[in-house]
Amino acid sequence: MPKDLVGIKELSKRDIGQVLDTASSFKDVLRRDIKKVPALRGKTVVNLFFEPSTRTKTSFELAEKRLSTDVLNFSVPTSSVVKGESLFDTIKTIEAYGVDFIVIRHASSGVPHFIAENVNASVINAGDGTNEHPTQALLDAFSIIEKKGTLEGLNVAIVGDIAHSRVAKSNIYLLSKFNARIRLIGPPTLIPCMEDYGVEVFYDMDEGLRGADIVMMLRIQMERQGRSFFPSTQEYFKYWGLDMKRLGLARKDALVMHPGPMNRGIEISSQAADSPQSVILDQVTNGIAVRMAVMYLLTGGEKQ
Amino acid sequence: MSKDILIKDGHIVDPSQDIDYVGDILIADGKIKETRTQNSKPRAQNSGLETIDAGGMFVFPGLVDMHTHLREPGFEHKETIRTGTLAAVHGGFTSVCPMPNTSPVNDNPTVTAFIIKKSLDEGFCHVYPIGAITKGQRGEEIAEMGLMYEAGCVAFSDDGRPVMSSIIMRRALEYSKRFNVPVISHCEDLPLADGGVMNEGGLSAMLGLKGIPSAAEEVMVARDILLAELTGGRLHIAHVSTQGSVRLIRQAKERGIPVTAETCPHYFSITEDAVKGYNTNAKVNPPLRTQRDVEAVREGLKDGTIDVIATDHAPHHLDEKLLEFDKAPSGISGLETALGLSLNLVGSGTLSLKQLIGKMTIVPARILNVDRGTLKPGSDADLVIVDMGKEFRVDAKRFVSLGRNTPFEGMSLKGMPVVTIVKGKIHR
Ligand SMILES: [Zn+2]
Repeated sequence: MPKDLVGIKELSKRDIGQVLDTASSFKDVLRRDIKKVPALRGKTVVNLFFEPSTRTKTSFELAEKRLSTDVLNFSVPTSSVVKGESLFDTIKTIEAYGVDFIVIRHASSGVPHFIAENVNASVINAGDGTNEHPTQALLDAFSIIEKKGTLEGLNVAIVGDIAHSRVAKSNIYLLSKFNARIRLIGPPTLIPCMEDYGVEVFYDMDEGLRGADIVMMLRIQMERQGRSFFPSTQEYFKYWGLDMKRLGLARKDALVMHPGPMNRGIEISSQAADSPQSVILDQVTNGIAVRMAVMYLLTGGEKQ
Repeated sequence: MSKDILIKDGHIVDPSQDIDYVGDILIADGKIKETRTQNSKPRAQNSGLETIDAGGMFVFPGLVDMHTHLREPGFEHKETIRTGTLAAVHGGFTSVCPMPNTSPVNDNPTVTAFIIKKSLDEGFCHVYPIGAITKGQRGEEIAEMGLMYEAGCVAFSDDGRPVMSSIIMRRALEYSKRFNVPVISHCEDLPLADGGVMNEGGLSAMLGLKGIPSAAEEVMVARDILLAELTGGRLHIAHVSTQGSVRLIRQAKERGIPVTAETCPHYFSITEDAVKGYNTNAKVNPPLRTQRDVEAVREGLKDGTIDVIATDHAPHHLDEKLLEFDKAPSGISGLETALGLSLNLVGSGTLSLKQLIGKMTIVPARILNVDRGTLKPGSDADLVIVDMGKEFRVDAKRFVSLGRNTPFEGMSLKGMPVVTIVKGKIHR
């Protein structure tokens, strides 16, 4: 493993395999009565969230606590930045506290890379702009393998606002490394140019879902409304929303995934979200194990 | 059920099937059953057959107008779906495409459904509505193209109000790809047109009228071509009127950009001179241009740069044109003169008859992806029988359109539609 986890792009297939294997062991730990292990006792983690987040932050915090680290939380939008401190000075100050990990979420793509170059601590990207959300892709891969046994050759449909989705990007990078067949589905206004990754593009969701093994839905962010990416949420759901009828076009055993939080009735119907095919809650549980594995491996855990 | 009809001995020209011969057409159950040359043996015919002798006349597929203003809902004093479609049938058209600048604007499936329902109830020909690109044609936010497409819209346009925002036009071209429908651009840079009322040049200076430069059209043609190239969306340029626009579209086509274009009879028939005397019936948007532009438009039609001839039928009430030139609304009532004016292109050697009919039938039908503009067996029996020899004088008083606004008053034309058949129903 490299020092940092800034993106899936920067990981090898072997790195990813290692994370998934290790996560599997940690998932066993999470099933125990006492869910805490002393693996990273004495290490300090700072959660530096420049963007509001409940789910990812909670998941990281739980992972950190179960590894017995000391946890510091910085919710930055309100504190030092307002006083005019530069990002560089903020992270240098944090480093001076003597932290071992910086978990960073930021609205600007590339911030984790910038920090990683400037600190000795291990940096973990918890989502940067519209670039990557690597731990989400890792937990998605873990959740798929848990049910399907492999990623190789699976038909994975990713549906929605691909252009602005760091979740989609990280998944595309990961899945393409494992030779999954990726289909991007959404309005033409929200499909970026990703030909280099061998993706197939479908504007027609029915066509794109046919025979899919995995249906990965993305969240439509409310700030996209009124900006002409699509005319109305009503029309969006009609053409790109997942309901049971559409889900019926995918394989019978297709998995429904969503990184959350969901907009029920906009990108996914309640029936589809809560159907037996849905692994949305497994994703949440697996997120903790995967994040534990990432931190463990970044400290050189593989050598121990 | 409509009667079976035999049209005998007409000179049939159907570019969709490359037909150009004298022969018969048999219509059964409102559909074309057969088209055959005169020499082929007639089959046994049933006794209830109505026979139309088309000897010495031409028979074309019913004309398709992809740019019409029917004014309903909202402006029924200018035109209604009933009168507009009747004017269409008089002019040889069997399909028209009303633009969305009605009141309310056709920017949602409810208005689309209203227009379609009303057309079925009261109309005389097929009506394929064009939906608005943006909500309220305000140019700020794309409209529900999908829901309108589902309701029956065949294309999208903010005609009359250009989409000034480049990002909105980009999104519209991108979004429309889901439905594979054309986005029709009324190309006019509003700040550059700056409230002008006629073509900018020596004549506007002499008349003391505010001019609209050709560039006001051309910068938008250029922009939209670049956006079509960027997005891969299907762009259709409405009412091409300038030499520069023709040149830009020609280059775009050479480079393989998905663009089609239309012009209207007034842009290849008359020049800005028609405005002299402050004739408000010659006020149209884009404005009538110069002889040089007229020739360029003809050249564009000839070499295929301009795919389609559309009417931009824009009827107005008499009182509205009886105004100061500055205040009068733009537009020409065009459905009843379009064929005669267009046939002049054949007379002048600009186009062959087959080319011309193609630009008024199968080509617009293909752009709009509608099953019209053809006499293929099995298709609806939509056709027009034209007496090419008969000369007639344009007399607005005799228009069936409520709009009598024409700059062609008194002009002598040839090529009068004698019979128009819509879905097997005969209109004489
Ligand atoms: Zn227009």
